[in-house]
Amino acid sequence: MARFLVRRLVGMVAVLFAVSVLTFLIFNVIPNSDPAQRMAGKNATPQLVASITREWGFDKSLPEQYVTMMRKVFTGDLISYQGREDVDERIVEGIPATFSLCFGAAAIWMFFGILFGYLSAVRAGGWLDRTLTVLAVTGISMPVFWLAAIFLNYLTYKTSIFPSGGYVEFGEDPIEWASHLILPWVTLAILYIGFYSRVLRSSMLDVMNEDYVRTARAKGLSERRVMSRHVMRNSLIPIVTLFGLDVGVLLGGAILIEAIFSLNGIGQYAYEALKDADLPPIMAITLFGAFFIVLFNTLVDLAYAWLDPRVRLGASPQ
Amino acid sequence: MVPDSIAATGPAASGPWRLALRRLRRNRVALAFLGLFVLILAFVLAAPLWANEVAGTGPNKTHTLEKIEVNGEQRDVVDPTGQPIGPVWLGAGGKFFLGADGRLGRDEMVRLMYGGRTSLFVGLVSALITTVLATLLGLLAGYYRGWTDTLISRTLDVVWAFPVLLLAIALGLVLAVGGLQIGPLHLSGGSIWIPILIIGFVSTPYMARPLRGEVLSLREKEFVEAAVAQGAGSLRVMFGELLPNLTSTIIVFFTLNIAANMLIESALSFLGVGVQQPNASWGTMIAVGLELITSSPLLTILPGTMILLTVLSLNVLGDGLRDALDPRSKVRFEAHSGLSAPEGSETIDGLAP
Repeated sequence: MARFLVRRLVGMVAVLFAVSVLTFLIFNVIPNSDPAQRMAGKNATPQLVASITREWGFDKSLPEQYVTMMRKVFTGDLISYQGREDVDERIVEGIPATFSLCFGAAAIWMFFGILFGYLSAVRAGGWLDRTLTVLAVTGISMPVFWLAAIFLNYLTYKTSIFPSGGYVEFGEDPIEWASHLILPWVTLAILYIGFYSRVLRSSMLDVMNEDYVRTARAKGLSERRVMSRHVMRNSLIPIVTLFGLDVGVLLGGAILIEAIFSLNGIGQYAYEALKDADLPPIMAITLFGAFFIVLFNTLVDLAYAWLDPRVRLGASPQ
Repeated sequence: MVPDSIAATGPAASGPWRLALRRLRRNRVALAFLGLFVLILAFVLAAPLWANEVAGTGPNKTHTLEKIEVNGEQRDVVDPTGQPIGPVWLGAGGKFFLGADGRLGRDEMVRLMYGGRTSLFVGLVSALITTVLATLLGLLAGYYRGWTDTLISRTLDVVWAFPVLLLAIALGLVLAVGGLQIGPLHLSGGSIWIPILIIGFVSTPYMARPLRGEVLSLREKEFVEAAVAQGAGSLRVMFGELLPNLTSTIIVFFTLNIAANMLIESALSFLGVGVQQPNASWGTMIAVGLELITSSPLLTILPGTMILLTVLSLNVLGDGLRDALDPRSKVRFEAHSGLSAPEGSETIDGLAP
């Protein structure tokens, strides 16, 4: 166990290092991305460009620039090229909105995903199963930003049922907080409900065919007990896995949803920084997001071993 | 839908492919969506025909200051407030069937057809790239194991650890401005090949990982041992023995991957780093339509609905193919973020319809 953890920890650091190098390279090796030129503007004098280059150290070698940037990421001194803001501060400011969006949507999609998946599996082949399956596939087949825009148009602009974009702190006014988040939550959840209910349905159908379920029925357990103790417990393993991975991705910011609902979270910050090709915030946000992805990948492996005793951590191929 | 007992009482089986085809033909839902997909394909392929013969305009041609005759009445294509004309159906002999697309006064119907060509082309070709790359990487990693596997798997881990959309946007942003130079081949910034390459690249780990897992288990089977005993070299084992056994998985992955890649294309184009203006794709059309969503919601709804219908039909078709090609083992790959459930979840499934 300890050896597994140490190995995974080293692996996490190595992956994050590679991610940071790759991000740095994307913005430095590919031509036409001289940051000094962009900061100085279109009609800048060569002197201005040269002084910006010196001031920000763009004339140093790439490895030197990389080391400086990474040091600043971790000491909190990172300043964006555009607007010269403190990057780490903006990310910390964005955390409440992004995390509220992620966990709220996750609660909704877990509830409905499990409910629909369960109903589909229990009534497999019936009309309820078919209806839910059609709804689920439709849910995963929509561009999420498009659905968001349609909701916003008909439920906010046209009818004012929900307040238009923006994020209200929970501590400031919990009701406003929730009412501003309902549409983003639902939009995001629809995608995942479709996904989770399909996975749960097929994993339940698999488990229901296992010998130990037949044994449980044969020894006279009630249908309810068979379902809750034997079927559900084992069918939920893939759901737990997916949940960890998806939450890991979303904690790094949901770019499209946050941008459309102007939630002022990390995803929206990423969107703004990307529009300006502003490397420092992109670097910090990418690392922030990658950190959660890698962390939750490891957590999922641990949870998996805990839920399924057949999995041995040391022997895991991943 | 139809019980499997029919298959058992049917005529003697003649090869797995024919059996699969028969199973697919019995899956009425999958067939219906195959029909829908063929209709969409016909719709986008008819683009030049409609543009030349009916609408008399091109997808990027602007008609800002023009007037058209609708049922004998002169109307502005774009009125002085900047509001484009709505659907006139056949009122102008097929011109502006679905109205104009915004201030530039381009024919929405023509753009919808040409935009669909672009979206489908990007989805299809990028899925081809993903499939070829993922198959090669999966075969190499799973067959050679050892340090080859370590190298490939770790590289995939790095791409996997990236927030996918962030990586695609960053690449799109830099390449859309600067273009791309690969050896003697130069792609200019607005080239459609830039989003194709980016999407093909970022989706690769999600397909390569499960394929590698399958190769790892296949290579332990007796038929591989038999081939090696007959003196087959590495290449023959990989492409002559292992690849044919991966075909059904690859076909399913490919179908679902087109769907997933079309969704990524729409997101990138919507953010301005995918297909570049003035070229139409369903994603860029949503972006243009959003500017007028309160007054002309149809301009947003139409291209999004086309994406929905196309992706939906591909997803249902992919599921149907999976059931038909291998009804017992379930390949868990979803056209979503592409995340697959843990490996080794191959089980017997007799209950699924």
